[in-house]
Amino acid sequence: MRYAMAIDTKKCVGCSDCVVACQTENNVPIGYCRDWVVEATSGTYPDLSMELRSERCNHCTNAPCVRCCPTEASHIVEGGIVLVDPDQCIGCKACIASCPYDARFVHPEGYVDKCTFCIHKVEKGEDPACVEVCPTKCMYFGDTDDPNSDISKLLKKRKWKTLIPEAGTEPNIYYLI
Amino acid sequence: MNRRDFIKIGGLGLGGLAMANPIFDWATGAVLTEADLQQTFNKIPTYCEVCFWKCAGWAHLNEKGDIWKLTGNDNDPHCNGRLCPRGTGGVGMYYDDDRLKTPLIRTGERGSQSFREATWDEAFDYIAEKMQKIAEEYGPECMALFSHGSGGKHFGRMLKAFGSPNITAPSYAQCRGPREVAFFATYGEGIGSPERVDIRDTDCLVLIGSHIGENMHNGQVQEMSDAIDKGATIITVDPRFSTAASKSKYWLPIKPSTDMALLLSWIHVIIKEEWYDKKYVDKYAFGFEELKTHVKDFTPEWAYGITTIKPNVIRKTAKEMANASPSVIVHPGRHVTWYGDDTQRLRAVSILNALLGSWGRRGGFYNPEKYKVAKLKLPKYPKPNKSWRDAFPDQYKLAGLALASGICDATIPTDERDCSFKGWIVNGTNLISTLPNPKNTLEAIQNLDLMVVIDTMPMEITGWADVVLPECTYLERYDNLRVSAHREPTIALRAPAIEQKYNTKSAWWMAKELSNKLNLKDYFPFETEEEELDWQLKQIGSSLKEMNKIGVKKFDRKFDDLYPLENLEEYEFNTNTGKIELYSTAMEDEGYDPLPKYTAHDEPPDGFYRLIYGRAPMHTFSRTANNPNLTDLMDENDVWINPKVAKEWGLKNNQEIWLENQDGVISSFPIKVRVTERIRWDSVYMVHGFGHTNKNLSRAHGKGASDAELITKTKIDPIMGGTGMRVNFVTFHTELPTQGGA
Repeated sequence: MRYAMAIDTKKCVGCSDCVVACQTENNVPIGYCRDWVVEATSGTYPDLSMELRSERCNHCTNAPCVRCCPTEASHIVEGGIVLVDPDQCIGCKACIASCPYDARFVHPEGYVDKCTFCIHKVEKGEDPACVEVCPTKCMYFGDTDDPNSDISKLLKKRKWKTLIPEAGTEPNIYYLI
Repeated sequence: MNRRDFIKIGGLGLGGLAMANPIFDWATGAVLTEADLQQTFNKIPTYCEVCFWKCAGWAHLNEKGDIWKLTGNDNDPHCNGRLCPRGTGGVGMYYDDDRLKTPLIRTGERGSQSFREATWDEAFDYIAEKMQKIAEEYGPECMALFSHGSGGKHFGRMLKAFGSPNITAPSYAQCRGPREVAFFATYGEGIGSPERVDIRDTDCLVLIGSHIGENMHNGQVQEMSDAIDKGATIITVDPRFSTAASKSKYWLPIKPSTDMALLLSWIHVIIKEEWYDKKYVDKYAFGFEELKTHVKDFTPEWAYGITTIKPNVIRKTAKEMANASPSVIVHPGRHVTWYGDDTQRLRAVSILNALLGSWGRRGGFYNPEKYKVAKLKLPKYPKPNKSWRDAFPDQYKLAGLALASGICDATIPTDERDCSFKGWIVNGTNLISTLPNPKNTLEAIQNLDLMVVIDTMPMEITGWADVVLPECTYLERYDNLRVSAHREPTIALRAPAIEQKYNTKSAWWMAKELSNKLNLKDYFPFETEEEELDWQLKQIGSSLKEMNKIGVKKFDRKFDDLYPLENLEEYEFNTNTGKIELYSTAMEDEGYDPLPKYTAHDEPPDGFYRLIYGRAPMHTFSRTANNPNLTDLMDENDVWINPKVAKEWGLKNNQEIWLENQDGVISSFPIKVRVTERIRWDSVYMVHGFGHTNKNLSRAHGKGASDAELITKTKIDPIMGGTGMRVNFVTFHTELPTQGGA
């Protein structure tokens, strides 16, 4: 099983609902976020194009944050979800330095925090909060090991990219383009 | 700050952080949180009050009984189970520490922000005494209510009972009024809210300055996404590369203020090339020949000179619309008070839709249905002797609702006016930011004998009140049922998820108590909101108990006429001719142009740029600017400037500048520059609702600049009194200039 997310940049309007929904669902303190939205514009007026995308931890298959963690606080659970155990975390920030996506931050209570794919919801068969709330339904969550899952079918049908593939981390967030 | 810098700096702070927060404390806290989330907590039905879309949802409580999160109600056609960022962030309205906490009575000069705390009884006595004095001296009609949102219904009931018909919302003359009047003239029906546009099933969506996706009108944003999925063609007309423009097959970067020329040219092409829906037009339309003659010279070549949109693009986009016809929507927009000829521009939009046969058709405009909820049995309201209209004899004859700007203007006494207003009740609308030209609004306020402001937050307007009444947020109160017109009729319940925080109360309770003081208690026959709602629900075979469980109740349509003109059915329109009036007899009867004409509008002088304003998806009006969850996403606005212009002025990204408008008004605060290709060189853009001057807004005060204070000039729509606000121009100052001169 390999949990992954596909985000359709053709539909995302960059509203940041995913950010607030994550914040309230997971009690992320005000001033911090586990996901965020990026706007990238290219061209010269009036020949322009723009991509909007919601970013977060890529739950990499080859996760540098897990490899470099001295206490095994950063670990991978079933389905490939990368988690941080706040009890084990000593706040050394090696993982923050190793992450090419800037996906981690120090929680005001001292441990490193990041996206959990809302594992508490996923375990109940629900979608992560960001996917569930998205008004444009541009986010898809599922198992890429299952060729019959919606996400696998979507990745077969549509063109996609991942972020910073050259880092070799084998990210599991796909952007439909 | 880049990632490496962050690590370097952060590394030093860590020891301190760790010591201040012992491990066991935060660790157990985190574990608890995970466990907490697994439990099923109470959820209470509500509908959102952050904007006017009023999505129905659930307030979820945590184990302590505090509000944890808000989610959408799956059964609600406004949101389909998904709230927008503002709806999700609505929790911030409840948790905001800067909220109004207790009734206040003014002690110093108006606007000096000096108040003393008062009891509810004291505050109501004060208001009732002043209201009665106004009624005796000038007539009860000299009291006016400005409202935006649910509370307006309750205070409106009170004011009607008191004898005043002057109930207004800036959402008409400062927003969607022209479109309602225009569509009414053409089809005998308005557009309403949520808009009756069938975006879900459309093949072609045309947006003219409408920035769906930046305005988070939830259902529409969702349906635009569905339309993208289905491969619909989107055509966006905007001087700015909006989010919608970035999703469009065609973006027409029009010269601002020239939309009418483009619309007339599209009409010209569609008629000339005979691309219009002939059977539909023959059967339903009145005045086709007059229209044909009227537009014969409005060629794409003519329009090119005005709009800067190339003739072949005008023809190609007209063909796209025709190909999709009747599954096409030339969207009427929402905030359409731009240049003062807005009703006429929207008439052109309605005519174009008629030619394409989209009204009453699948993928065009559907026919919404509303469920009839039993009205409360109240005594008859007294008949008023005068209204706001008396202040404007022979003007704005087609205005369907009271004008907020009109009542404001009519508060400033002149020799001619017999209906000068003496008292204002302002609920949930920050008039300083909502009405154009704040100086004018303040002058009006200085002429009042009574000004009451009811709000959840201290706003600019609360500083000018005689009495401030703190309203609890929507999460702490009942309100009227949301009865909405949609594809399927629904009703939705708002119930309190939590006890009223601080010394705040619901608008219903305030209106009832105040009515008691005014000897009007028969108009509030029920003791509590629960009793009133339960009575009403029982009349339609439901109950408060049922609604508490389901939140939203759907009803079957009474009539099977969602698309009443789909197969050219017989139909009589509510117009003078019973037809779709391409040529408007109602306009002609009142002395207005029966067919829309192009008028050239003023252009910015040298060194000035047209001020265009709009929305960001995470904010609404000026009311969310202090919301802790939403300021986390965006805490100030910036001014978008084209790189060519920025280069000319030597402006850099994030540089703070002051804006000065054509009348010498300088922004109260500096605003950061955003150098971006997304805006035309003759315009600047900023998001509305920032630049708050009220110091009690700890997060919003001084953040960004207010577009409203720079909108000192308006062009009034002669047909319905809308205030065209895209007629202001600004220039830049890198240092704060001396007030009053460039």
